[in-house]
Amino acid sequence: MQPAFRHAGSARPYPGAATVPGSSQPGRRYQDLPRRALEPVPLFLLRPLFAAIVAGVAGRHPELFGRLGPEGGKRILIDPVNLPFVLLLRPYRYRPSLTPHRRSEAVPHDARICGTFLTLLELIDGQVDSDALFFSRDLRVDGDTAAVVALRNALDDMEVPLADDIAGHAGPLSRPMRAALGRLRTFRSSHR
Amino acid sequence: MTTPDMHRPELVCPAGTPSALRTAVDAGADAVYCGLQGPTNARNFPGLNFTAQELRQAVAYAHGRGAKVLLAVNSFPPAGRTAEWKEAVDIGVAAGADAIIVADIGVAQYAARTHPGQRLHLSVQAGASSPEAIRFYCRAFDIKRVVLPRILTVKEISDLHSRIPCEIEAFIFGNIGMMAEGRCSLSSYVTGQSTNMDGVCSPAGDVHYSEDADGALVTKLGQFTIDRFARGESAGYPTVCKGRYCTKAKSGYYAFEEPVSLNLTRLLPDLMRAGVTALKIEGRQRSRAYVKAVVAAFRRAVDAYMAGREPGLDNLLALTEGHRETQGAFRSKAWR
Repeated sequence: MQPAFRHAGSARPYPGAATVPGSSQPGRRYQDLPRRALEPVPLFLLRPLFAAIVAGVAGRHPELFGRLGPEGGKRILIDPVNLPFVLLLRPYRYRPSLTPHRRSEAVPHDARICGTFLTLLELIDGQVDSDALFFSRDLRVDGDTAAVVALRNALDDMEVPLADDIAGHAGPLSRPMRAALGRLRTFRSSHR
Repeated sequence: MTTPDMHRPELVCPAGTPSALRTAVDAGADAVYCGLQGPTNARNFPGLNFTAQELRQAVAYAHGRGAKVLLAVNSFPPAGRTAEWKEAVDIGVAAGADAIIVADIGVAQYAARTHPGQRLHLSVQAGASSPEAIRFYCRAFDIKRVVLPRILTVKEISDLHSRIPCEIEAFIFGNIGMMAEGRCSLSSYVTGQSTNMDGVCSPAGDVHYSEDADGALVTKLGQFTIDRFARGESAGYPTVCKGRYCTKAKSGYYAFEEPVSLNLTRLLPDLMRAGVTALKIEGRQRSRAYVKAVVAAFRRAVDAYMAGREPGLDNLLALTEGHRETQGAFRSKAWR
């Protein structure tokens, strides 16, 4: 198991980190906007949203867990470096969960994936190659690499991009979520 | 430019998942190669590969669109564990795979004797590069195609073509290592697992990444530091053959191979004139995005050359390891 994760709450993604994945990309001057926009949002408002998202995905795509195999028992910390919180994914077959945590919290985990929010979005969209992001240093992983590789492969096998799948099943939030996704993708492609 | 002696090659593309296979077919692959979950193929990575049912569905999808599916059963069964490899061959035949790609002579013998009508290809893992070796495989197991190790020049491939009774498949893009396919034990030395028998070089469970105080990315395999990439420097895979070494003679240099990918786009006409039947893209461990981009680029390039046009060469550099490309030994033995 990796040491507990703790974040200092600054622009640096974790103690000791000298670089921010994605900081070399075009459009970097906008990268801190999500952090500033979401900083005031209380996590208790986000928790039920993330719980519903992961429960919905698990119900619609049970094949994901088959592909994860034994690696599905690992805890993966998803670190969108320009958001004010991190997400702990427990891709357990029977009780999967996705919970937001403040960067000041100690969150035990087995593996961590770091990148800007847009980089991570592109990744789950299947629009970019994760190895290429790793080569360019826009994506960083540490901890249990096997867990990260299994998750990447399981998500990559999804026919419909995960973000679209989530937005398509978000009830009354579907339309604004789709619109937001569209704008984010436009922004990303225009700054690639 | 196209010439009368230029053969239209089959574009053979990688797929690690059913979704990647469909992507490859849709992007213009003539054939897609894949493997079953477990150690029977050379890309035994977590979350990758096909179940028997997925393979059947994949074959139906590909055949419905005029593409072939080639099943890689190309690792070497350890003593006493041949049943799993034989079962993989049986699954491939039952699924309707157009060819089984084999390396081990026991697996080849089983496939040839048990399924005499099944087309067999000789994997690059067999490391057969001489006319004598290839002719032996053809005679003993009725091999129809050999996937050549990446150690021959185009001229040597052309000479070989006239001396063997089977088709030639040559790699044109993707990861390259030490070119000692089927014989490399570097990963086994460090981790106890190798591509040869476990289907995995540098198993993910033994790979560890960290960043030091200078912003350098440190990659480790087991207890060994493989490389240290300075801040902003393009990274590579954590394989022993692409590590940087300190010796008495030199310090911090790539003793075996550098983080670099093969790209033979500009040599395609030469390969097509040399009698190469199939052009192979490496990368079953890569994502759908990689498959889509690379397959589409080579589809356009091959079609352009066949039509007598000079293709607009797509920039695939972003997808290459270390963001560097090479023509490896295909152009010259002076490479490395």
